[in-house]
Amino acid sequence: MRTAVIEAAGISKTFYPKKLPPVAALQDVNLIARTGQLTALIGPDGAGKTTFMRLLCGLMKADAGTLHVVGLDVAERPQAVQDELSYMPQKFGLYEDLTVQENLDLYADLHGITAAQRQERFARLLEMTGLTPFTGRLAGKLSGGMKQKLGLACTLVRSPKLLLLDEPTAGVDPLSRRELWEILQRLVQEEHLSVLVSTAYMEEASLCQDVYVLNRGRMLAAGTPEHLCRLAEGRCFSVLSPASFSLRILQSELLRDPCVTDAVPVGGRVRVITTTPAAVPAILKEHGWKKEPVAPRLEDAFMILLHQDAAQERQAVPGLSRTDGLIVDPLTQPVDIEARDLVRTFGDFVAVRHTSFQVHRGEVFGLLGPNGAGKTTTFRMLCGLLPATSGYLSVAGVNLRKARTQARANIGYVAQKFSLYGSLTVYENLRFFGGIYGLTRRQLERRITAVMEEFQLTEKADYVAERLPGGYKQRLSMAAALLHKPKILFLDEPTSGIDPLARRQFWQQITRLSAQGTTIIITTHFMDEAEYCDRIMIQDKGALLVLGRPDEIREKLHLPGADMNAVFIAIVEQARQKGNEGI
Amino acid sequence: MTFFETLALFGQHLRYLCQKELITIFKDPRMQFMLVMPVIIQGFIFGYAANYNLDRVPYAVVDESHSSSSRDYLARFSGTTSFELKAVLGNTSELGDLITSGDVIIAIVIPQDFEDVLSRGGTAPVQVIADGRNSSIAGIATGYVSQITAAWNESRRGSAGPITIESRTWYNPNQITRWNFLPGLIAMISFVQVIFLAGLSIAREREQGTFEQLLVTPLSPLEILIGKAMPPMLIGFAQSAMLYLIARYWFAVPFAGSLGTLTVIILVFMLSSTGIGLSISAVSRNMQQVLVYVLVLMIPMVLLSGIATPVRNMPEFLQIITYADPMRFAVDAVKRVYLEGAGLAAIWRDLVPMFLIAAVTMPIAAWLFRHRTV
Amino acid sequence: MKLNRHSLRRMGALTRKEFFQLMRDQSSLLMGIVLPLILILIMGYGMSLDVKNVPTAIVLEDPSPTARQMVNFTEGSAYFSPVYVRSMRTAETLLAQHDVDAIIRVPQNFAADVNQGTAKVQVILNGTEATTAMSAQRYIEAAVLTWEAGLSVRSASAGQATTVSRIWFNDANTSAWFFVPGILMLVLTTSGVFLTSVVMAREWERGTFESLFVTPIKIGELILAKVLPYFVVAVFGMILCLIAGNVLYDLPMRGSLILLIGVSMLYLIISLGIGLVISALTKNQFLACQVSLMISFLPSVMLSGFLFDLHSQPLAIQIISQFLPTTYYLQLMKTLFLAGNYWPLIIRNGLILLGFAILFIGLAFRMTRKEME
Repeated sequence: MRTAVIEAAGISKTFYPKKLPPVAALQDVNLIARTGQLTALIGPDGAGKTTFMRLLCGLMKADAGTLHVVGLDVAERPQAVQDELSYMPQKFGLYEDLTVQENLDLYADLHGITAAQRQERFARLLEMTGLTPFTGRLAGKLSGGMKQKLGLACTLVRSPKLLLLDEPTAGVDPLSRRELWEILQRLVQEEHLSVLVSTAYMEEASLCQDVYVLNRGRMLAAGTPEHLCRLAEGRCFSVLSPASFSLRILQSELLRDPCVTDAVPVGGRVRVITTTPAAVPAILKEHGWKKEPVAPRLEDAFMILLHQDAAQERQAVPGLSRTDGLIVDPLTQPVDIEARDLVRTFGDFVAVRHTSFQVHRGEVFGLLGPNGAGKTTTFRMLCGLLPATSGYLSVAGVNLRKARTQARANIGYVAQKFSLYGSLTVYENLRFFGGIYGLTRRQLERRITAVMEEFQLTEKADYVAERLPGGYKQRLSMAAALLHKPKILFLDEPTSGIDPLARRQFWQQITRLSAQGTTIIITTHFMDEAEYCDRIMIQDKGALLVLGRPDEIREKLHLPGADMNAVFIAIVEQARQKGNEGI
Repeated sequence: MTFFETLALFGQHLRYLCQKELITIFKDPRMQFMLVMPVIIQGFIFGYAANYNLDRVPYAVVDESHSSSSRDYLARFSGTTSFELKAVLGNTSELGDLITSGDVIIAIVIPQDFEDVLSRGGTAPVQVIADGRNSSIAGIATGYVSQITAAWNESRRGSAGPITIESRTWYNPNQITRWNFLPGLIAMISFVQVIFLAGLSIAREREQGTFEQLLVTPLSPLEILIGKAMPPMLIGFAQSAMLYLIARYWFAVPFAGSLGTLTVIILVFMLSSTGIGLSISAVSRNMQQVLVYVLVLMIPMVLLSGIATPVRNMPEFLQIITYADPMRFAVDAVKRVYLEGAGLAAIWRDLVPMFLIAAVTMPIAAWLFRHRTV
Repeated sequence: MKLNRHSLRRMGALTRKEFFQLMRDQSSLLMGIVLPLILILIMGYGMSLDVKNVPTAIVLEDPSPTARQMVNFTEGSAYFSPVYVRSMRTAETLLAQHDVDAIIRVPQNFAADVNQGTAKVQVILNGTEATTAMSAQRYIEAAVLTWEAGLSVRSASAGQATTVSRIWFNDANTSAWFFVPGILMLVLTTSGVFLTSVVMAREWERGTFESLFVTPIKIGELILAKVLPYFVVAVFGMILCLIAGNVLYDLPMRGSLILLIGVSMLYLIISLGIGLVISALTKNQFLACQVSLMISFLPSVMLSGFLFDLHSQPLAIQIISQFLPTTYYLQLMKTLFLAGNYWPLIIRNGLILLGFAILFIGLAFRMTRKEME
């Protein structure tokens, strides 16, 4: 009996887009996934993960190499392979105009599940995914996390010999993500399922037995999570900045240091990876701050691998003056956004209930919450996209009820999905938005040059936007939103779907903007990013659960040093329990 | 802000909106192709195809009389290009197959006693059988046969009869149906294109998420509306111009009117069609719905416009419905300007309904797209 | 493709899904059912080249009874509705304003001139509506000549020929009778080509095919199951048209109904095949729609002999029309409805349609593959 469910040897695949140079999506990739366990495939955006998944299911043909899945040659017998495996693509093809039950039935029928098997299986899947109460609801009406879970349930209507999951948790909140992984682990234990999963979350990959790291079409490393972690052995430290110094500015300055591979705020401290165990970054020397060694995590190893691979041209982000680092209590600054008793209802459904808060000038304000918590609704009301049902709302000193157009001149907005004009070039997009914001021709040219430099888009000026890689698109969206130097910047999940390196850079830009006095409102599903915020607000089921500095919240929950993921889950679960008791 | 600054900003907003809109449309080479080639191909093909004039209509002859009179009579038919002789039969029994198979669509049967009756000074009946499966041709052809017959009668009497009919057809002396159709086509093809483009414009932005990005900018709803309306109008106008050139210079349909008047009509017509397109766009949730709504509205509008068959031949209730069809007025106005050289004073009755349609649909579109962004 | 229990079950599941979607998105039903009804009403009642009640200005410059008698034919005729005006100037104004479509002018001394053999009648028509002008002119000239012949018969008899017209298959020459087969063709084309290409393109666009592909479903099953609901919608629309044609317009059914339905299904299969090919080529709803409009809808209206008779077309157009399945289908339909079972035509056109069906379905299966690009 074979122990390998996937055997890929020397796989290469090149795409030949029209009028563009060929793209080598995969080059000489080898991978072996063992039966009955979880194997993770990790890598940044555009690494070739999806291409590899599609090759495995026979939806594409490799240019070179051999590929055996469940013991069958995929190139020769694609249908036989497709009969044996289940695949959940990144964008799962749920039929949004069918109900949850109808979607499940469809896939059960396609896989030939008998009525007897079905009853037991459906009950279990629905229970596991928490979809039991929603069987009659249209899939299009489910929240993002629930859709993802329904996609998984549809994929799992039978126990396949191999389960392929392409980024199953992208855009899913931490609670739902945890539930999804519990389901997966249970299935592997109980049914000895073999799973290959690609993911952008390193903590998820560390739950797998084997991890493969893919970058720019090549396999960088493979091994157990523990084995990979050893790459970062001795190079990981934690730095505590004094209370008067902003965490994100410390992190930003560390990233600029040549002897730092990576720096990221975690649990109220900054986690640093140095190029050598002995290296001490300049800013630490200068202030005499200590670095304490910490145990390496998979993410550390991943960052080291990526840096090695690319000799990543570290993009020069202009530095900040030292005084910027000193915390100015944002609460002493003038109020830029004020919401009083904000309510929004859709029919008899209350999406946001009686919410009040203030955001001060230069503050980075995080809006968090599980899928469907009401944060998108809140966000849309703040940008003036959605009128509030009741309550008072002023943005940049303008009452939104009275002068929406006027308020809009002061804000910049980056939507969740890339929403600039895909068929326009970078330059054309910028010129359009600049023109709309009323810049004169001379101002416009100056600002376009400035933002293109700032966001390293100058080389791509004549590229059509939709062909840009994810990271560039995100930077273009930012550049367009900042052309008119808005007082307030709204960012709706700006970092979902972009890779860790690009995310670091993104936050450096945010840090700089905030230091210059721009107020920033941001929503995100990466809880570690909440560490960058001055204050965060967590909502669930339309109600405001907590509002405060990350440290304050940790203290309140008696979870000092905990990462935000844990904090978030604790808060939402506590609130839900209370709610249930209340009933 | 002073009034002039506001105005300048308004102008700037519109300029950038239109520029963006046009770039998005023309960037895709497939779209460039779809906007230019079909217009030209349709112009030519329909220009040739849209023909109710008789040309080489295949006919059969059954001459049971075999007389000099019958030969003389039949010579009248071979002398015209309207008919083309396909078969000469001895008796009527073979006619059935010939007509049913579609090989000939008209048959002329001359009875045995044809010459006798004529020489007796009586009235000799010539039977004309036409294929009613193509009734447009059948009707026209039988009419033409009787005309030829009447003319033959007259010439047989030697001297001309006491009455001379002087027929003159204004604006189209040879009664060429193509001349009526081509000016109508100037309106029709751009109508189809404009209603599609305007229809898809908002729906596409909504589907791609860019509409929200527009809504958070300082653009006012009015500016967005105008910015969305102008590019389809421009494109439609350019297409009309192409068709005008084809009609005038390729098919050589003489142009009697003034280009200024024609431009005014086309612009007003584009305005009303854009209004309809944008309203559809604002109602629809996605592009697929737009496609369906556009088709379900557009096909009847084209059919009822009078471009293929005259509005006057329609029953009363349908004629009333055509008042909601801007194309009906556009087709009428364009034809009158093009062929008759009518001025604005003569066609204001066509312009008013188009204006009214625009005045109703544009505000609806503006209101809808503001209130359907949930 | 082997049909076994499993594949039937899979196809059943997909078809069911498609029906659910069809019922929930009313826009498809709008196209499948409402559009045919609209078409049949408009085309049947509204589209007509039959000239009736042509408003005609009559200028009697000669008040004599002879002149009156001469124009008497306009009274009580279904073709004309006469308007008597005093001066030619008024008549010309009416013509220019489209208040009348024709002018008949009887000059002064008409009666006297008739006796001397030098009488004139002037007829002026508005050529902006050439078909009306053409027919009106024929009716007027024929009527005047008949009246004149009546005069000469009385004086010196020379004998004359007269035509007795019979329009086979459509005695009353009702436009609806030849439009209804065309509407059937339009309905099948819209639901076949349009709906199919757009619905398939939507699955490509939304990425829903990717998940479906990696199931045990075979590509053939997938295609069949996807088009089946649209086949049903189209057949429903067709039956609707048949009933409406019969009830509203007394459309005869001279050939075999079964044959007619069979041929229509064959044509529907061709349409579905074209729709599938378009969707596989474009994979984009907007383009699929544009292409469908361009290569199927407009040509079937303009070039198939539906509106404009093919016999009077330039050679190039006649050749193009020979490459359109619509041309053969329409010919067959008109024959079956109005003429009867004329076998040589049925067999020839049937075979040609079968060829088209094999071609397009074959292409569709070849071009739709379980592969992502």
